[in-house]
Amino acid sequence: MPSSTAVDLHGDSSLQVEISDAVSERDKVKFTVQTKSCLPHFAQTEFSVVRQHEEFIWLHDAYVENEEYAGLIIPPAPPRPDFEASREKLQKLGEGDSSITREEFAKMKQELEAEYLAIFKKTVAMHEVFLQRLAAHPTLRRDHNFFVFLEYGQDLSVRGKNRKELLGGFLRNIVKSADEALITGMSGLKEVDDFFEHERTFLLEYHTRIRDACLRADRVMHSHKCLADDYIPISAALSSLGTQEVNQLKTSFLKLAELFERLRKLEGRMASDEDLKLSDMLRYYMRDSQAAKDLLYRRLRALADYENANKALDKARTRNREVRTAESHQQLCCQRFERLSDSAKQELMDFKSRRVSSFRKNLIELAELELKHAKASTLLLRNTLVALKGEP
Amino acid sequence: MMTEKIFLQIINSLRAEATEEVSLDSPEREPILSSEPSPAVTPVTPTTLIAPRIESKSLSAPVIFDRSREEIEEEANGDVFDIEIGVSDPEKVGDGMNAYMAYRVTTKTSLSMFSKSEFSVKRRFSDFLGLHSKLASKYLHVGYIVPPAPEKSIVGMTKVKVGKEDSSSTEFVEKRRAALERYLQRTVKHPTLLQDPDLRQFLESSELPRAVNTQALSGAGILRMVNKAADAVNKMTIKMNESDAWFEEKQQQFENLDQQLRKLHASVEALVCHRKELSANTAAFAKSAAMLGNSEDHTALSRALSQLAEVEEKIDQLHQEQAFADFYMFSELLSDYIRLIAAVKGVFDHRMKCWQKWEDAQITLLKKRETEAKMMVANKPDKIQQAKNEIREWEAKVQQGERDFEQISKTIRKEVGRFEKERVKDFKTVIIKYLESLVQTQQQLIKYWEAFLPEAKAIA
Repeated sequence: MPSSTAVDLHGDSSLQVEISDAVSERDKVKFTVQTKSCLPHFAQTEFSVVRQHEEFIWLHDAYVENEEYAGLIIPPAPPRPDFEASREKLQKLGEGDSSITREEFAKMKQELEAEYLAIFKKTVAMHEVFLQRLAAHPTLRRDHNFFVFLEYGQDLSVRGKNRKELLGGFLRNIVKSADEALITGMSGLKEVDDFFEHERTFLLEYHTRIRDACLRADRVMHSHKCLADDYIPISAALSSLGTQEVNQLKTSFLKLAELFERLRKLEGRMASDEDLKLSDMLRYYMRDSQAAKDLLYRRLRALADYENANKALDKARTRNREVRTAESHQQLCCQRFERLSDSAKQELMDFKSRRVSSFRKNLIELAELELKHAKASTLLLRNTLVALKGEP
Repeated sequence: MMTEKIFLQIINSLRAEATEEVSLDSPEREPILSSEPSPAVTPVTPTTLIAPRIESKSLSAPVIFDRSREEIEEEANGDVFDIEIGVSDPEKVGDGMNAYMAYRVTTKTSLSMFSKSEFSVKRRFSDFLGLHSKLASKYLHVGYIVPPAPEKSIVGMTKVKVGKEDSSSTEFVEKRRAALERYLQRTVKHPTLLQDPDLRQFLESSELPRAVNTQALSGAGILRMVNKAADAVNKMTIKMNESDAWFEEKQQQFENLDQQLRKLHASVEALVCHRKELSANTAAFAKSAAMLGNSEDHTALSRALSQLAEVEEKIDQLHQEQAFADFYMFSELLSDYIRLIAAVKGVFDHRMKCWQKWEDAQITLLKKRETEAKMMVANKPDKIQQAKNEIREWEAKVQQGERDFEQISKTIRKEVGRFEKERVKDFKTVIIKYLESLVQTQQQLIKYWEAFLPEAKAIA
């Protein structure tokens, strides 16, 4: 199972979560979430439940809305499983184009099925990584909703909340634009800490650029895939030509047909490796950097609250009215802000080390795979050349 | 002061020479040679006419038509032709809608029928069409496979005329230049066509009368289209008794080949298109990777990302070069052969027309004999004499018809044999060249990624 990002599970095996099975039905995917744990909270040491995508989203949102975790980076929610494009392509193929040979059809079908399978594997990996990050985090792993998610055998009936979620989402976006104003410094809020000032400027730019890079990496992967697919009709036409020829070109064409078929597989593998090691990694850190930005928003909001509380206290003191209430409110805000700042600092440093080690691992693997494929292609091409040149 | 004046004089005289060469259009110029095709050369075995010059020249082969040692040795035994053509230096002449591209046609040869061993002239596209038109009118109907000229393109040429200096018009000009070169190379490889005086004039003469019948929208052009259509209708009504299975077999073979080549060509065009897209997308990604590297605040990772951006930029170049090879080697070879096979089919059609003519002559002869018999019964002596004269006339025509038919059949057999040999050589050469280009690309990729790997490992 490809784990696209570095989730450090070393050192703490007291809670192990994985998606042991997944089934794709008409319009939904059912994930089997398996937990192995010696924690006293659970009734058994090993157990499984079946969850759907909406339940993951419910869990994610529960974390986001929880004040206790305001100072933490909440692992980004996994994206919704999307087989639409792949399914459409398979359907189009089925509707038939009479000009292609049976062989071509079989190959194209094979390609599309492999694509479908790859998307499926990816969505499983994304959902798994989400849970594994939660399980690895010392604070987040102790959440009550998390335990419910892992253990509760029945349906969590969160699907009815979709409509509410949609509305909630709308409101959340309005709040978000206010946050954007905060974070981009338009609100006039004074940042007191150099570390956070740096992080703010850094994350704003970084997030935009990684999003760009991710989109463009996707396009490269898509072109590569198209290229690989182009070899199918080329190989088929060469095969037909070879079969029809009566002269020395017969073997040349047939060998060439075989070459393109094998090159196609190599190109296809290269495209999917680039997808996994580059596109997926960029996408993950795009989401993770957004989660980090969200943390900064929350801290700035806390700072804004603190500043407002200060102003209110001053006002109360001048008027000499309700000073006690103002004082205790101000103290609360101060404590909250400081708590958030401390935890945010740690989280942001973890984010950096996580990011660096993940990029390192994926870039090394990418380069190694590119080399492997290029060498295999070269060998294949050279062998064909030797065979072709050796003929009369 | 003095030296400057002399210097300027030299420059001016050089400039005058250059314009001389290029102004093929000046209305004051008298046509020195007629624009009509010169009489066809009776085909003679090439070796008697072509003797290598005393000084042997080492010839540099143009890209596609490389000749290996084996080929040269083979040539020494059979057909000897030692001639290489290059088409280069496209130059825009004139302005606006009357502008045109002039190409330099360089010939390098050791054949004695040419007055020099290396020479060049300036030709425009319509000159090439004119050449083809002359050769086709002389040799096609007697069974020779005359290589077709590159296609006209009103859209492509208009862009060039109105002065659009973008990459699509430079691409168009380069595509055309390469096609013209391949066209001439194929034409001179034909032993019979090589001896044609019109071809020699095309290669050698500094001035050529303007070929006017080839204008895209001219009256002659439209007439030709109409004739082609009429021909197509006629073909459908000719029911030939094929006595020779070889011809039927070959026609079927060429029909199948045509279909398959068209399919392959369409697929290769898609490949070229996608590779160009891949190149553009890789370039865009390289830029965004560089930007990402700039914002990354971890030094080693930032450096690695910049290196990644550089690698991707180089890979973009690679893809562009490979797309170039995909097109000029693979795709253009296929489209050339699709048009060549059309010429082959044309030659088979001429044979059918020839048979029809013979057949018609036989029918007419029969009618004349019937007339003679009728006249004898009706006892009209002067009519009988007339009938006998006509019979003799038509007997001669029948004999000629049979001779023509046998001749064209013989020529076609030989031509098809030569064509197939050339086709095998052509395809084999190009396939090998194309695969070598693919190997080159892969080797470069290996180089780039091997250089990048330590950079990635250096992230700490």
